[in-house]
Amino acid sequence: MIEVRLFATLRKDRGKVMQLPASEFSDGVSILEHFAIPREEVAIFLINGFHSKPEDPVKDGDILAIFPPVGGG
Amino acid sequence: MAKSYYEKIARINLTTGEIKIEKLDLDLARKFIGGRGLGTKILYDEGVATVDPLSPENKLIYITGPMTGTASPSSGRYMVVTKSPLTGMIACSNSGGIWGAKLKYAGWDALIVEGEAPDWTYINIVDDKIELLDARKYFGMMSEQIDEELKAVHGPKSSVLNIGPAGENKVLMAAIMNDKDRAAGRSGVGAVMGSKKLKAIVVTATRTNIEDIIHDVPALKAANAECLKIIRENSVTGQGLKTYGTAVLVNIVNNIGAFPTNNWQGSYYTKGDDISGETLADTYLVKNSACHRCPIACGRVVNVNGKVVGGPEYEPLWAYGGNCGNNDLNTIDEANMLCNELGLDAISVPCTIAAAMELYQRGYIKEEECDGVPLEWGSTKALIEWTKRIGQPDSPLAWLMSSGSARLCEHYGHPEISMSVKKQEMPAYDARAVQGIGITYATSNRGGCHVRGYMISPEVLGLPQQLDRTVTDEKAFWAKTFQDLTAVIDSMGNCLFTSFALGAPQYAALLNAATGTNYTPDELLVVGDRIYNIERMFNKAAGMKPEDDRLPKRLYEEPITNGPSEGQISKIKLTLPQYYEARGWVDAFPTDETLKKLGLDECVGK
Ligand code: SF4
Repeated sequence: MIEVRLFATLRKDRGKVMQLPASEFSDGVSILEHFAIPREEVAIFLINGFHSKPEDPVKDGDILAIFPPVGGG
Repeated sequence: MAKSYYEKIARINLTTGEIKIEKLDLDLARKFIGGRGLGTKILYDEGVATVDPLSPENKLIYITGPMTGTASPSSGRYMVVTKSPLTGMIACSNSGGIWGAKLKYAGWDALIVEGEAPDWTYINIVDDKIELLDARKYFGMMSEQIDEELKAVHGPKSSVLNIGPAGENKVLMAAIMNDKDRAAGRSGVGAVMGSKKLKAIVVTATRTNIEDIIHDVPALKAANAECLKIIRENSVTGQGLKTYGTAVLVNIVNNIGAFPTNNWQGSYYTKGDDISGETLADTYLVKNSACHRCPIACGRVVNVNGKVVGGPEYEPLWAYGGNCGNNDLNTIDEANMLCNELGLDAISVPCTIAAAMELYQRGYIKEEECDGVPLEWGSTKALIEWTKRIGQPDSPLAWLMSSGSARLCEHYGHPEISMSVKKQEMPAYDARAVQGIGITYATSNRGGCHVRGYMISPEVLGLPQQLDRTVTDEKAFWAKTFQDLTAVIDSMGNCLFTSFALGAPQYAALLNAATGTNYTPDELLVVGDRIYNIERMFNKAAGMKPEDDRLPKRLYEEPITNGPSEGQISKIKLTLPQYYEARGWVDAFPTDETLKKLGLDECVGK
């Protein structure tokens, strides 16, 4: 399974944490499509805690964390 | 003539009651801008570096910048510059709200407060009139109540700055509060105010703008409009901070594994979402709020057990949350409210509690010392009670904790447990997982601090471009540039958060229009460099040693034990020499050549 964590405004109508079957997704782009998240709404795309691009491949056991542009402190 | 200054400084001696009006040295103002830069230069020149911070010889400067009170974005800010009792080095704490703008509207660039009042006193300013009044009846009151009472006396148009009980008690982590929930929070500036028996400063001004002293009003209007447009169109400053505040960082920083837990023993909090900006927005958030003339509006207003008060920023959410092993959001809101009421630094206080919890965990602090409230990880009772006790210490352990984690851990023979730099607690980003922020922490002139060169912006948020957080390449240069730009923004009187959207060209345009200078963006960064160096020379005069530019051992000897950044360690030993080279420093201090290059000839040979 691939764990997908959505944050901030991306959670609206989509949920917080979802498990997806790894066999159906090859990269982050396919996962964004699954959730109907427009590319321009993604500012930070983490795979296992490291900054990545949606084009990067994903595999079983990965944890994805996806954030819209948000801010600092 | 340089404009956007009223060219007036009030020197108030609390020992004698004498109030002198001095003319601002415009050449100096041009060279150091104002605020943080000019305040530090004045303190350096007046020999404050060598005095005891809590003695009448220390001076407390409340200073605006040339942009304070203009229509430029997020420009209600003032700075408190003094010698810190926590670090023994330079303190410069910055606050928003409207108090700073009102001080400027009243016609003052700065107040220099000296001496010690015979009894509790407050300063009342109405335009160009300044008087010292009896503050004895406000002694012991919570900060918020003093604000309300003084406003009732001096009218709704007045703005109040004050210290709560923590400042009266000279707690080394005491803050100066203004406009109820805004704080010049760090480095114990509230203790200096308390040591002078100065309880509050009330300002009322007839003016509501400073257009009468702007160099080029149409040019400033155009620069403002351009900046506002950039801020509104930027998704971080236009929408993100408004919706979630800085609290949105909890999930971001936790998900990269840079969110210290249990006093930095771990760096990933499995219950992070419970204390996140998203959860805050779904639960206790009432609305957002903004400082004077701020389109960003990052402030939070929350409901704490039925009371509507200022809410926590990212730092206290982390410090009272994961760093103390606590996932109860209402407790964090309540503890944050207590910090505002008592007048305490909501970063250093919870970090000191976290250090005490580790001392307790390891058996160094004994249960019998805890007066019925053991310092157990995640204990909501301990977080609330020990915050109150630190603000109003009444036991040996409470007094020890009120002097910060460095002195506390030193007392128990385990200085390595204090997660501090120059005795000031580090904030909420693990420098083992984010290499550049470690340089900022280690070299910050005011000790452990993130807002002296916010490397989280490029290394985590990808602004202005994404850097790999795990590598050291070019980080020294980036950290220096961020530090220099930040010094400029702090000296101008704008909020640092504008820099998520604006860069040196926009700040130069604003400053030039307001003051009549002709700085290019590069020249402005040189001014920032100069300010950074005068701070460093202050620290040198105060007795700083090269080994004070260091991170706690845990960060370069103990790799992260959990989460996505498991195994990572700070490479500060590699980056620090690179940083010194970028600065033109040897062994932590500027060479004479560097000082001359920056126009700091008066510091040569010192
Ligand atoms: S961005 Fe936040 S802290 Fe800065 S001036 Fe605006 S409301 Fe105040």
